[in-house]
Amino acid sequence: MAESVLSIRDLRVTFQTQMGELCAVRGVDVDIAAGEILGVVGESGSGKSVSFLAAMGLLPATATVTGSVMLDGVELIGAKKKLVRSIRGRLMSMVFQDPLSALNPVHRVGDQIVEMIQSHQKIDETKAFARAVELLEIVGIPQPDERAKQYPHEFSGGMRQRVVIAMAIANNPKVLIADEPTTALDVTVQAQILEVIQRVQQSFGTAVVLITHDLGVIARVADSVNVMYAGRNVESGSVQDLFDHPSHPYTRGLLSSLPQEGIERLVPIAGFPPNMLAPPPGCGFAPRCPHVIQSCNASLPSLVPFEGLMTSCIRADELRIGGLRS
Amino acid sequence: MNMQSQAPLLSVQNLVKNFELRASKGLRKSKRIVQAVSDVSFNVSTGKTLGIVGESGSGKTTVGRSILQLITPTSGRIFFDGQDLTELSFEELRVVRRQMQIVFQDPFASLDPKMTVGTSISEPLVVQGISGDHQDRVAELLDLVGLAPDHARRFPHEFSGGQRQRVGIARALALDPKLIVLDEPVSALDVSIQAGVVNLFGDLQKRLGMSFVFIAHDLSVVRHIADDVAVMYLGKIVEIGNKNAVYNDPSHPYTKALLSAVPLPDPKVERLRHRIMLEGDVPSPVNPPTGCRFRTRCWKATELCAQTEPELVARATGQQSACHFPE
Ligand SMILES: Nc1ncnc2c1ncn2[C@@H]1O[C@H](COP(=O)(O)OP(=O)(O)OP(=O)(O)O)[C@@H](O)[C@H]1O
Ligand SMILES: Nc1ncnc2c1ncn2[C@@H]1O[C@H](COP(=O)(O)OP(=O)(O)OP(=O)(O)O)[C@@H](O)[C@H]1O
Ligand SMILES: [Mg+2]
Ligand SMILES: [Mg+2]
Repeated sequence: MAESVLSIRDLRVTFQTQMGELCAVRGVDVDIAAGEILGVVGESGSGKSVSFLAAMGLLPATATVTGSVMLDGVELIGAKKKLVRSIRGRLMSMVFQDPLSALNPVHRVGDQIVEMIQSHQKIDETKAFARAVELLEIVGIPQPDERAKQYPHEFSGGMRQRVVIAMAIANNPKVLIADEPTTALDVTVQAQILEVIQRVQQSFGTAVVLITHDLGVIARVADSVNVMYAGRNVESGSVQDLFDHPSHPYTRGLLSSLPQEGIERLVPIAGFPPNMLAPPPGCGFAPRCPHVIQSCNASLPSLVPFEGLMTSCIRADELRIGGLRS
Repeated sequence: MNMQSQAPLLSVQNLVKNFELRASKGLRKSKRIVQAVSDVSFNVSTGKTLGIVGESGSGKTTVGRSILQLITPTSGRIFFDGQDLTELSFEELRVVRRQMQIVFQDPFASLDPKMTVGTSISEPLVVQGISGDHQDRVAELLDLVGLAPDHARRFPHEFSGGQRQRVGIARALALDPKLIVLDEPVSALDVSIQAGVVNLFGDLQKRLGMSFVFIAHDLSVVRHIADDVAVMYLGKIVEIGNKNAVYNDPSHPYTKALLSAVPLPDPKVERLRHRIMLEGDVPSPVNPPTGCRFRTRCWKATELCAQTEPELVARATGQQSACHFPE
């Protein structure tokens, strides 16, 4: 396996809330190599965003973060604020669902990219502006030199997301984290944005973490996948293995709840995710799992190798033999 | 069967809705008009579902709200059960509104957080002046949507997203409507939960014989649930017909591009698949292109498309599409 540019170990995040301590992330590992696209899927509230916000050092003070986040050999957890700030936007950057939140409405788009470049590089205004125009071109904005002089409100949603991606890649980061970058966009525009992300990954060897709830998006662009549930990775592996023979009942449930041609009745997963103020002691999916047995509730299962995947289901082997796979 | 029952339950005819925007640019006051829906017609029969899909801003919600007369159409007619709703008085409309309901995307926003779920569900009964203790009806409605009777005493925040959407649906069912407009009813839900709500719509339709107008951006959900599908682009229906015809043999280039852009949950298929990449953005509905509104993004467009607006024409595969150069 290629060396990881981003390596996360036993990441844990808890929030102090009025109702008590909320365990948002409960021991997550991530490995991603240069030029790889890692898809992260999972139930809403499973800790996808929080995991990577923690890696970026972007969580509020109410969050307690432990574990290890190594970026290109540098430990970020517990590191000085100054170091984390110098890395953010330079070695690792993040793109969110709502591009407007990342753009300043009163500044020209080109100037915002220039600012992003100059905050990390000593480079004169003219050169930085030329680079901004080049970046807009890379992300597929027509007439980039003119568009650079316009304001965010003069751009459509899809164009704004391109601008945000241009800003995120302005300093050639090693890792680009995209959190639901296409969720607010139409499918035809989503296809364009996914293509931009793939282009960035292929031309610059950027490692991309793509957080999405859309298994179709994962199938289209991801090389490998982490499936999250209740603050844990429940299954991970290559995209082919995961779709071909998912081992975890949650992954299987997710796949079979999708509408498919020729299927009369959809198969939902009964119940809903656990309350993370008091998560279950064992497998987080156990309360909804059709295959639950007593030992599932005994202790938190860890990921173990299984048929080319890593799975946290202690019954993976039995369920396969039993032919329960959907 | 008499003639009356064969007429469609809902018939939308030449619906137009323009919104006036008052923008003051410098000293000059300009009046701009958003052509949100431009000459849209379709029918929905009893017990059937029409799906409406299309780009954001294409006018889907405006069509939905016009059907219920929540907004007044600029022109056009909306026949419901043989009556033209655009000609009814406020009082007459109130009576007809019992028969038609709307459910929105956000199950949280549509419920009053300070009201118990039971009170929310019985509210339409109270508004319609139906007297009595509604407890039994509420229990019955909760049962219909797969919730327990004692859920009536709880508050919205005690429910998950999927459950809240069920509550919203129970409320919409309170008056036994013949038609429900569902505007993105599952978009805010997790996939694993969405499936249960989608099943619920199917079950309700079978049991109660109601009709749905199902607005969604998820084409695979629409394919699953709808009988007919209308594809909208910039205020117009570009293609409409039986879902199998539209999905299997799309005739309009926009439909084709839309279907080819939908990501499918199969890496093998996704990696081999040919995708049509549309260039550029949807033009502004304030100033839509002349002729065919899709022509600025269409790879087939010619001079003809800029000059003459194509009309909806029946195709060999059964659906209608509005294109000079159909597939
Ligand atoms: N600032 C915060 N304070 C308290 N709890 C938080 C905070 N941010 C997130 N959480 C909680 O942490 C858990 C994980 O949230 P997270 O945003 O990572 O979910 P997610 O997997 O990204 O979900 P979605 O698919 O809905 O975006 C949730 O229970 C959420 O309510
Ligand atoms: N009250 C209003 N005033 C002015 N313009 C409006 C109003 N309501 C809708 N519009 C405009 O009408 C057009 C159609 O909007 P509509 O909400 O019907 O689209 P939609 O297809 O439902 O989109 P989405 O998929 O984003 O929900 C858009 O350009 C929108 O901005
Ligand atoms: Mg998130
Ligand atoms: Mg809408």
